Amino acid sequence: MRSQRALRWLVGGPPFVFLVVFFLLPALIMVVASFRYPGEFGGLAPLFPTKPGDETGLTAESYTVFFGDWVYFEIFAKSFGVAALTTLVCLIMAYPLAALIARRPKGQRNLMVLLVVLPFASNFLVRVYAWMIILGPFDLLFNRFAVICGMVYVHLPFMILPLYTNLEKHDPALLDAAQDLGANAWHRFWRVTFPLSLPGIFSGSALVFIPVLGMFAIPEILGGKDDWIVGNMIKESFLGTRDWPFGSMLSLMLTVAVLAVAGGASWLAARGMRRA
Amino acid sequence: MALLEIRNVTRRFGSLTAVDDVSVSVEAGEFFTLLGPSGCGKTTLLRMIAGFDQPDAGAIVLDGVDMADTAPERRPIHTVFQSYALFPHMTVSQNIAFPLRMAGIAAGQIAARVRDTLALVHLEEKEQHYPHELSGGQKQRVALARSLVNRPRLLLLDEPLGALDAKLREEMQVELLEMQREVGITFVFVTHSQTEALALSDRIAVMNEGRIEQLDEPSKIYGMPKNRFVADFIGNINMLEGEVAEAEGGRIRLRVQGLGEIEARGDAALHAGASAAVALRPEQVRIAAPDAALDLPNRYRGKVHDFLYVGDVTTYIVDLPNGQRLQALLPNSSPGRAKFFEVGDAVAVAWPAEAGVVLTR
Repeated sequence: MRSQRALRWLVGGPPFVFLVVFFLLPALIMVVASFRYPGEFGGLAPLFPTKPGDETGLTAESYTVFFGDWVYFEIFAKSFGVAALTTLVCLIMAYPLAALIARRPKGQRNLMVLLVVLPFASNFLVRVYAWMIILGPFDLLFNRFAVICGMVYVHLPFMILPLYTNLEKHDPALLDAAQDLGANAWHRFWRVTFPLSLPGIFSGSALVFIPVLGMFAIPEILGGKDDWIVGNMIKESFLGTRDWPFGSMLSLMLTVAVLAVAGGASWLAARGMRRA
Repeated sequence: MALLEIRNVTRRFGSLTAVDDVSVSVEAGEFFTLLGPSGCGKTTLLRMIAGFDQPDAGAIVLDGVDMADTAPERRPIHTVFQSYALFPHMTVSQNIAFPLRMAGIAAGQIAARVRDTLALVHLEEKEQHYPHELSGGQKQRVALARSLVNRPRLLLLDEPLGALDAKLREEMQVELLEMQREVGITFVFVTHSQTEALALSDRIAVMNEGRIEQLDEPSKIYGMPKNRFVADFIGNINMLEGEVAEAEGGRIRLRVQGLGEIEARGDAALHAGASAAVALRPEQVRIAAPDAALDLPNRYRGKVHDFLYVGDVTTYIVDLPNGQRLQALLPNSSPGRAKFFEVGDAVAVAWPAEAGVVLTR
């Protein structure tokens, strides 16, 4: 009993400590930072005054700015729109492909999955710049379309893999049974395959939706000034205007918004499951 | 006219002929069984009846209509799959309602018919449960209910009891029979278990290597096998090889090396000198003390080699003078008495002439 507990700590301990030190603590530091004043040349102003007239201590100024201006809400809305559209396009493109791979003989499947992840072997920025070369001649660059193209291209494998993993586990006898009991091709998909693949759809969507919100490179390279999303704003706060508290606040708000969306989606899904 | 007619159906997979020129007629209301070892073609035949596979030659005719151009979802035939194939994301009620919804039946009617069918399989209290919350026997019942709810013309059952333990299997056999009588639907049952086939069927087709070896009612299949395969596949049997000494009417005398002549029954169309075997069920062989009075034509001395006590009966394995071993079954009708003979005991074995069946193939 005791040795089992020791073993649990031995195995689980190192990652636990790692996550506390490099994830939980930084997250808390960020919360605190969002309530502080920016330093003169980036960074944060000291908590206690060193000379009179300094802005020191804690303040909710970043939040007042954020909630005081519709423009931030609009950027958030636009970001969620881009993320949602990217997720939807990825889903529509990935589903048939994942289903196709899942129905191939076992040997071929592994090769096809390898091909799906093969783009990761080349550098991310190279792949994004490649889209400039593709879209440039058609004058399709620096707009929302180009951003979505880049987003979909980069994130598509993250949708295919969970979907494939899910679809591959489906018992083919279920489709036979459905057909045997009178279901045509559409009903076999809609009543059997689709509902059973919902977990795959959810995890694939999360793996696309959330990283897209924080992405700044693709809008910066392929989009126009109007296509900036939350990720760009966060990056700009830290590296451009050097307002760390504002950047911390934005990134915190993004986390809250993502959690709210995820919570809402899982609530809807649970309700849908009960009704179905 | 028969409900289902399988006419000269052949199905090949590469160089393998899975189903080889099979013809069978199944009558309405019948409990028909396809029995055979794995790989004999019974499941392939079943899949062709269901429509999941197409014959390379021949026709499958239901109610006088050739089914060749009818997709599985449009055939009035349902299948109970070996793995049950219940929809895991649907409750018991939703599973059973599925074929009704696919048939476009009004929601109000569906509820009533689902309830009736749940009562038929004694699962009223499980209607809101999901398949993973059910035991093997309950899943089996749901699968049956789902296939029966919209009254197909024909129900195909693919080894439906294979995944159940022995006790439950026996209970389900009884239930299957009752259910079939109640709904009056024709069952085509596929199994490799001869006990299941014998217990349930009106008629059995014994299949081997894509062909039907014998098509008969259970007692004929068991008591009058047509060839060595059927005799050997169904139950335990003793085979005594020899050559025909004399064939007259239904009586045949077979000369067996080192044993003498055996009297048995068989087709008269045998000529002396032909090689043949006598197939003999263990329960037909009498075993007694060597000096016991047994007024039977086939009587030999032997020695008990071994015995298997299985509760209701004991199987004695007896060494015959020619070195061959013979199984003889003795019911344990005296309580508490495990055996009548010991290993090494000298015994007499005997059987009536009509107990032995002469097989040439």
